[in-house]
Amino acid sequence: MPIFRSHILVCGGTGCSSSGSQDVQKVLRDEIAKRNLDKEILVVQTGCHGMCEMGPIVVVYPEGTFYCRVQASDVPELVGEHIVKGRPVQRLLYSVPEDASRVPFYKDIPFYGKQHRIALKNCGYINPDNIEEYIARGGYEGLGKALTSMTSAQVIDEVKASGLRGRGGGGFPTGLKWSFAAKSPGPKKYVICNADEGDPGAFMDRSLIEGDPHAIIEGMMIGAYAIGADEGYVYCRAEYPLAIERLKTAIAQAEEFGLMGTDVLGTGFNFTLHIKEGAGAFVCGEETALMGSIEGRRGMPMPRPPFPAVHGLWGKPTNINNVETWANVAQIIVNGGAWYASMGTEKSKGTKVFALTGKVKHTGLVEVPMGITLREIIFDIGGGILNDRKFKAVQIGGPSGGCLTEEHLDLPVSYESLTGAGAIMGSGGMVVMDEDNCMVDVAKFFLEFTQRESCGKCVPCREGTKHMLLLLEKITSGRGTMEDISTLEQLAEMVREMSLCGLGQTAPNPVITTLRYFRDEYEAHIRDKRCPSHACTALLRYEIDPETCKRCGLCAKNCPVSCISGSRQEPYRIDQEKCIRCGTCFQKCPFGAIGKN
Amino acid sequence: MTNKIRTLDDLRRIREASTDLTSARSKGRASIVVGMGTCGIAAGAREVMTAALQELEKRNIHDVSVTTTGCIGMCQQEPLVDVIAPGMGRITYGLVTPEDMAAIVAEHIVNGHIVERLVIGRAD
Amino acid sequence: MSFSAQEMVEKTRKIVAPWKEKKGGLIPILQEVQKELGYISTEAMETISKELKIPKSEIYGVATFYAQFHLKPRGRHVVRVCRGTACHVRGSLAVLEKVKEITGIQENETTDDLRFTIEPVACLGACGLAPVMMVDSQTFGRLVPGKVQGILDTFR
Repeated sequence: MPIFRSHILVCGGTGCSSSGSQDVQKVLRDEIAKRNLDKEILVVQTGCHGMCEMGPIVVVYPEGTFYCRVQASDVPELVGEHIVKGRPVQRLLYSVPEDASRVPFYKDIPFYGKQHRIALKNCGYINPDNIEEYIARGGYEGLGKALTSMTSAQVIDEVKASGLRGRGGGGFPTGLKWSFAAKSPGPKKYVICNADEGDPGAFMDRSLIEGDPHAIIEGMMIGAYAIGADEGYVYCRAEYPLAIERLKTAIAQAEEFGLMGTDVLGTGFNFTLHIKEGAGAFVCGEETALMGSIEGRRGMPMPRPPFPAVHGLWGKPTNINNVETWANVAQIIVNGGAWYASMGTEKSKGTKVFALTGKVKHTGLVEVPMGITLREIIFDIGGGILNDRKFKAVQIGGPSGGCLTEEHLDLPVSYESLTGAGAIMGSGGMVVMDEDNCMVDVAKFFLEFTQRESCGKCVPCREGTKHMLLLLEKITSGRGTMEDISTLEQLAEMVREMSLCGLGQTAPNPVITTLRYFRDEYEAHIRDKRCPSHACTALLRYEIDPETCKRCGLCAKNCPVSCISGSRQEPYRIDQEKCIRCGTCFQKCPFGAIGKN
Repeated sequence: MTNKIRTLDDLRRIREASTDLTSARSKGRASIVVGMGTCGIAAGAREVMTAALQELEKRNIHDVSVTTTGCIGMCQQEPLVDVIAPGMGRITYGLVTPEDMAAIVAEHIVNGHIVERLVIGRAD
Repeated sequence: MSFSAQEMVEKTRKIVAPWKEKKGGLIPILQEVQKELGYISTEAMETISKELKIPKSEIYGVATFYAQFHLKPRGRHVVRVCRGTACHVRGSLAVLEKVKEITGIQENETTDDLRFTIEPVACLGACGLAPVMMVDSQTFGRLVPGKVQGILDTFR
């Protein structure tokens, strides 16, 4: 095998691809070939680095130089300067927002500094389409160890000792879950990977599958061995075509290498794995609904018990875990449960991947030890609020989660602490909001989502969320009454108590937490007919300050409903009756004479 | 070549054979830095770099990184090569030919003896 | 893409054939039919019902349950503006409004010349680049309303 003196890693994740990384990769390969460097420089396509905002990302090894927002037109300079002459291209290096200093190396970037990567260990480092790179990094050692030197009970004990809990949201202890399915009698059992990542604002499962598919497969096989299953399904959203493609390649390679199929590693263990594409229904993330969907039915939740561990897919004992949960399993087996349990808090062990998005400087995936504070995540890793505006709230856990405020910033993150504050760990979506975001609007946004995604099977969820949404629409359009707030609270309680599945039970959380922490904003909408964040269009008023107005007429010319009048002599004014509050005049005025209130 | 893995030993063998795939992504135990400014290239640094890679390949050494650097200002001594190995600091060799490069790999990297006749600078 | 009723029946039959003796085929069949025909036609549903011996009502139920399936023909290009949380707080509504303004249609509608269909989507999972939209299988990130026209122009 020839020695390549340098490897150039180009991110091929969904984020970087949409910023043009495929073009970069193509031009890079051409440039390398043109300069006859193709015998000494290897171009590798990797999965997601998590820092999608800065994409397309290119990392040059052995130095580990980290380049951001690389475009195809930058490639000749990158090759000519860095690869040939060894001079890093300064202008493409990561720039620290605080002082605009350039950081050349991956390991020194603050975004990665506080992270501790276990699940994301290989993401962005290996080529996900090459099983040998995974094996080179210790891949399938966990499976080998489990199959050749551990009984299935020992595997379960190890996972129990690690303290690993369901990373999809529930937080149920994984080892305990496995032991239920293991105890269920029967020759036929299934394992399922829940990759129906539907929470808006979460994308760690997509990145994990795209960046390191074999880690998921290995985890599932270890789980299958532990509970006595020989068949598995990955249920993946159809909106993630690249993840499905990578998974298909990975399964084919594992089969080709004899790591999947019959008599794996000569131990008599058999396993086959199928991929099922979801068809677009949020509720299918619920495990009983998911199994219904695999069976070809409408994905509607079933009352539990019976639990899937007893009566699951096609009526057989089944164990379902989320992508991130499976991704941790192999390393727990290799390094031991105690190693994993040494990280985190008393009840929440190990690390968790969060999707940090919204109004922060660095958005992306971050994997941190449990127990880290929100402040560290948002301000140290995320670099603080975009445009240095004021932090207002962080929404954690997606549509089932809640909004936390400044007073929670020093809260150590764990399943218990988040639930205690009114949010949930959920799948780990963290959407940061600044003072321009209206909390009533945010609550309405989530209700629109859950209402649309309610499967309609049980009345409290179907009707309750609908009426909560109507009330929120009434309030944000300025027609609300104080009584609506108490009605909203009653409904929220009812929907939470009475709904059949997790979707309904948690749907009121965004409303409950915003009412708890931002009640004054609700009241401002109702009492003063005012949206303090200027976000609810129906309550906005655009006004032209006659003093500042230079009478240029740009506003009147651009107004789509011709509601602005005036002339060279007369300052312009807006007819509030006709104004549709589109904000065009506000954007067009070159003198800042138009105020938003 | 069949890659069928039938036992744990097979897996370990593939792992061993695959380490080269990602070894270039770590610094390695030692590194060779070739000056590749305009003057370096004009003086033949490209051929020196190729010689370094070929020698490493011939000797099946996979944990030594080879990188390039820009002009360091001693153009009359080009091609310049720095070798950084544990316990021996950073040694700068000057006027290196492809044949010298092979000797540097053999002596300095493999045997741990600095090739004194070519040394023009030392640093820790 | 338009097919006669007879062609739709034949194409659907071919898709159903390998699933006749297997379980769990309905959703993959519908996915395949939609890929082939562009939408789930009445003829296709009737054929699946006959071939798999399951009631039409059940197929209709499944086809209407999932957002992915369409019972009407769609445009040549499908535009999805992400309405996820991260995109919402970074202004995706204004992007969606711009798409509606340019195409002159609402969500779930198709332009008369069958060029565009706008489909709602909860989250495209590219939150780091918010706001995001997808035209067919291409994702565009870091959008502002002003960029929309230029992007749509490239899809004829």
